[in-house]
Formats: sequence, structure tokens, C-alpha cells
Amino acid sequence: MNKPSPIEQPEPAQSTGNVPPPLAMLAELTHRCPLSCPYCSNPLTLSGKDGELDTSEWIDVFRQAADIGVLQLHISGGEPASRRDLVELVEGAEKAGLYTNLVTSGVGLTPRRMDELEQAGLEHIQLSLQGTNAELADRIGGYKGGFERKMQVAAEIAKRGIPLTLNAVMHRHNMDDLEHTIEMALELGARRLEVACVQFHGWALKNRAALMPTRQQTDKVKQQVAEAQERLRGVLAFDFVPPDYYADFPKACMGGWGSTGLNITPDGTVLPCHVAQSIPHLEFGNIRQTPLRDIWYDSAAFNAYRGTDWMPEPCTSCERKEIDFGGCRCQALLLAGDAGAVDPVCTRSPDHGRITDILTAEMAADTPEFTYRKL
Amino acid sequence: MTLELTTTDRPYLPRGVRMHKDRVRGGVVLLAPEKAILLDDIGVAILSRIDGKRRFGEIIADLAEAFKAPPAQIESDVQRFLGGLRARMYLGVTP
Ligand code: SF4
Ligand code: SF4
Repeated sequence: MNKPSPIEQPEPAQSTGNVPPPLAMLAELTHRCPLSCPYCSNPLTLSGKDGELDTSEWIDVFRQAADIGVLQLHISGGEPASRRDLVELVEGAEKAGLYTNLVTSGVGLTPRRMDELEQAGLEHIQLSLQGTNAELADRIGGYKGGFERKMQVAAEIAKRGIPLTLNAVMHRHNMDDLEHTIEMALELGARRLEVACVQFHGWALKNRAALMPTRQQTDKVKQQVAEAQERLRGVLAFDFVPPDYYADFPKACMGGWGSTGLNITPDGTVLPCHVAQSIPHLEFGNIRQTPLRDIWYDSAAFNAYRGTDWMPEPCTSCERKEIDFGGCRCQALLLAGDAGAVDPVCTRSPDHGRITDILTAEMAADTPEFTYRKL
Repeated sequence: MTLELTTTDRPYLPRGVRMHKDRVRGGVVLLAPEKAILLDDIGVAILSRIDGKRRFGEIIADLAEAFKAPPAQIESDVQRFLGGLRARMYLGVTP
């Protein structure tokens, strides 16, 4: 037993050289959602019910995904419970052999439906948390009664023993409430807490000035997470996405473009990440026309920023290039005007000044009202 | 809380954590909430002995025999492996 312990082995997605099979797929079943969070990661132009893939189309995508190596399926939206065939879809995913995770706000999950989902084999639920009390949560979600409904759903999840991750989306208006969020995760019996600071794309970008935390908040939240992680070891696991505008280095967006995961939009468009459609010169395949395997391995869009060959300086000669892969392509386009540039979040980026300018401007101005997401 | 297991602890894979034969990549992966971990043969040997009934001490003895290695060395490797899983909540323990 002199080999390194298996937990230190590279994980499946990290093989280099040839294109590895995808590991995870995010299926956005629908853009419909009873909530209207101002940081919603759905695009500004939301698609309606008409264009959505139907039950058999989705189940076929699940099979294709399993065939090319996907292990984890995140069923998301919008609100996936807005799909009347949700149970059937979960069943189809499980039959395809995928580990199925439901990403939900909880609204629309009646106890009966939860029974059916459990029976269909659903393995894990990620429940979003807009805030730790009804007043705050319902204001942010733009949906009265949403918080109360969510608490009932959380109790139903706990009663059944379905593994639960609480996904707390953090920003200026609720970041100071982290301690309470942690307590709530414990009370609700969650195994994991995702402290996900808002990333500025889609609706969140539109609301950036309203959502941007202060540097003080950011430093405090980092400290609190580190402390809680230590204190709650073996009780609650943490996943922390820090606010990247305050970071020195960018996050490894999707673990590297086209390396680990893919995303299917409600109408079947296949994306390397959920915001990729913000890059206008890329053309994305659709599973109504092209097999998933071909899109993953052969499409120009998936190959555009794969690996490290596309990188500009200073990434090319940087020791972190296989750690963060030059950051987020969408953010590079947005802030540096070129999707093939270094993510300006990086302090080594020639465009990093854009980030500091934005922070200075947004911290100096009054906090604007939210623009809620709408169809 | 310490992540170390005692001799009489009975480890188990909690609901939502399971081993899976990966027909595309070959080998066995451990699937957990929002995570997949590729297991090597030793990882598989350890986890396939974990059933919620067997005690940690028995598992170590069994592995030491299977791998013809000193139990003390096996124990430190297995502690490290299981401790890593436990920290991420991928392993439960009944006393
Ligand atoms: S972020 Fe809010 S509005 Fe967007 S899908 Fe999730 S719950 Fe609905
Ligand atoms: S220069 Fe490029 S590779 Fe290096 S840290 Fe910045 S973004 Fe990452």
C-alpha cells in the first residue's frame, strides 16, 4: 500500500492531451420559474415553453450523455419543477445510469411529487436559498411566500433523508448574514453548504451595481468560511465561490473550457458553460440536429478555448495556466472586449484596471434598485 | 471533530454516495453529491469492505491480509483515505 491514497489521484476529468470525456451535464429543462431573482444565471432573453425539448428528447439526451461518459446530471432551469414531466425525466436519467441531482428553489415540489421523485431514484437535491428570513428572501426572489414554501420543502427533504446541499447565493444584501446561513444549513440537516458569491453574467451583470459586495464584506466572508470549515469538519462540508472581482486570480471557469462539463439549454443548444452564448462569434450545436458526441468532440465552439494552445500572454508563460485556464472567456469578452484575452480579474491581465475602475465606481455610487428577471 | 476512525467504528457510505463502474473510462468511480472520484484498486479494495456492519479494526485486518502488508501501515493509509472522504461528508460512521 505504498501508492498514494486514492483521494489524491487525479480525478477523471483531468486527463490531458486528448479530449477527455465529459463528466457532468447541466440540463436546463426550462427557463420558466416562479421566482425572479435579480442574479439569475439564465440569459436576458428567456425562452418560453414552446421551444423546450419534450420528454423523449430530454431522455434521449440523457442516454447520449451517459454513452459518452457523463456521470453526473444536474437537472436545473429556471425551476425544473415547472416541468410537468419532471418525475419522468428523473426516471429516464436514472435509467440511463446518471447520478441525478435536482437544482431547485423548492417551489412546486409538493410532498407527493417528492415521493415520486424519490421513487424515480433522485439522488440529491440542491436547494437554493435567497435569504435567511422571509422578508429578505422574498424580496430577493421577488416571490411572496417563497421562503415559507422553501422551508416546508426543506423539512420534507430532511424527513425523507434525501441528501441535501444548500446553495446560498451571496451578494451585498445577504453576505453579512453568513453565520445565520450556516446555522440554517445545520438546522435543515444539509450535508453541504455552497457559499456561492454572485458571478456577474446575465441578470446578475445587469444588477451588478446593486449586488456587488464591498471589499470588507468579501474579506469577512472568506474568514468566516475558513473558520466554519474548521469548526464544522465532518458535520457540514463547504463549497466556496468567492466574489472574483476582488480576487487576485480568476476562477477556473468550468475547470477549463470543454474539459469537464457541458450545458444544455431548454431548446437543446449545447454549451461549454451556461453563459457561453454571450460570445457572439461562436456557433453552438443543437441536439435536435447533431449528436452530443459530435458536439463535444468536434464542434468549433467546444474546441475554441480547449486546453492551453489558444492562450495569449501572460498566460502562456504563467505557472497557473493549468490551474485556472486563463479564467472565464465570457468575462474576458465582456471586460477586455475579446473572448480570447486573459480574464481581467487576473492581476496580471493588462485589462485588470477595468475591474478596479468598476469597483471604485460602484462603491462610490448609491445602491440602485433591482431589475428583476422576467420572461 | 476528529476525522480519525477508532477500531470499533463502523464506517458506511451514506445515501447519495456510491461506487459506480465507469463503462466509458474503465475502472470504478465513487459518485457523491456533485462529485466523482476515480478510485484506484486500493480505493476499491477499501470501499468494497465498507458495509456499515464491519468495524474499522476488522477492515484493517482484512486488508493487511489481502495486501500482505503490516497493519500499522495499512491503517495510516486507510485513515488518510477515509478521513478525506469524511471531511467532504462522503463517509458516515456509526460507533
Ligand atoms: S436564480 Fe432565481 S429566478 Fe433564476 S431560476 Fe433560480 S430561482 Fe428562478
Ligand atoms: S496570467 Fe493567465 S494563467 Fe496566469 S494567473 Fe492570470 S489568468 Fe491565470
